Amino acid sequence: MNIQHRLNGTSLHIWLIGELDESHAAFVREHLDEIFRTNSVSEVIIDMSGLSFMDSTGIGVLIGRYKSLKSKSIPLFVQKPSRAVDKVLSLTGIYKIIPKIS
Amino acid sequence: MDNNMSLKIKAISKNEAFARSVVGAFCVELNPTMDEINDIKTAVSEAVTNCIVHAYNYRDGEIEINADIDGNCLHIEIKDYGVGIEDIEKARQPFFTTKPEEERSGMGFTVMESFMDTLDIQKNSPSGTVVKMSKTFDMNKNKADKT
Repeated sequence: MNIQHRLNGTSLHIWLIGELDESHAAFVREHLDEIFRTNSVSEVIIDMSGLSFMDSTGIGVLIGRYKSLKSKSIPLFVQKPSRAVDKVLSLTGIYKIIPKIS
Repeated sequence: MDNNMSLKIKAISKNEAFARSVVGAFCVELNPTMDEINDIKTAVSEAVTNCIVHAYNYRDGEIEINADIDGNCLHIEIKDYGVGIEDIEKARQPFFTTKPEEERSGMGFTVMESFMDTLDIQKNSPSGTVVKMSKTFDMNKNKADKT
C-alpha cells in the first residue's frame, strides 16, 4: 500500500495505491490523519485510480476520515475508483456523504 | 462435485490477500468475467476479515476455507472456531457492528450477500461460525462474450 499527496493551493489531493483491506487499514488511517494534521486545507480529494481492491474495511476508514474532516467543515471527495471499488462504494451508499467527482 | 479445494490459514490480516487470491484463481475454470472474480474476492475478504476481527478478536486462531465447483456453481465455506455470533439475524443487518469504535462499517455481510447469489451463516461446532456462499456462472454467456 502506498499513499501519495499533493497540495494544490488549499485543495489536498491524495492517491491511494495498492489494496485496501484489514491488513493496510491502520496504515492508511494513520497516514491520512498525519497528512491532514500537517496541511491546512479547504477540501480533500482521494484519487482511487491506483486502488485495485477495497472491501468494507476501506469503507470504515473513509467514514472515519469523513467524520474528522466534517468536524472542521472540510469536504471529502473521491474520484476515479475502479469498477470493483466503485461497486463496494455504491453498495454502501457512501457517495451520499463522500461524493464521487470526475 | 467437479473440483474442490481446502485451505487452512492463520487468522492474521496479511493472509486476507492470499485467501481471496486463491479462491479467485480456483474459480477460473468456471470462465468468470473480471467483475465476477472481483465479487468473489471481495466476499471472501469480508468473511476472512470477520474471522480475524470478530471471531478471534485479533488473537490466535485458524480459518478454514473450502470451495467446490459443482457444474457451473461455486460453493465457498469459511469456518472459524472463535467466539461465534450471538444474534445472526441482527449481525446480517446493514451497518450493524459490535465495534463502532474501530471505525467498522458494519457492511461485511451485506457485501457478501450482494456480491454472491446465496449467503448462509451458521453456528459452528463446538464454537465459531460457518459462512456458506455460492455463485452460479453463466458459462455460455461468457463464451459468447469472448467470441
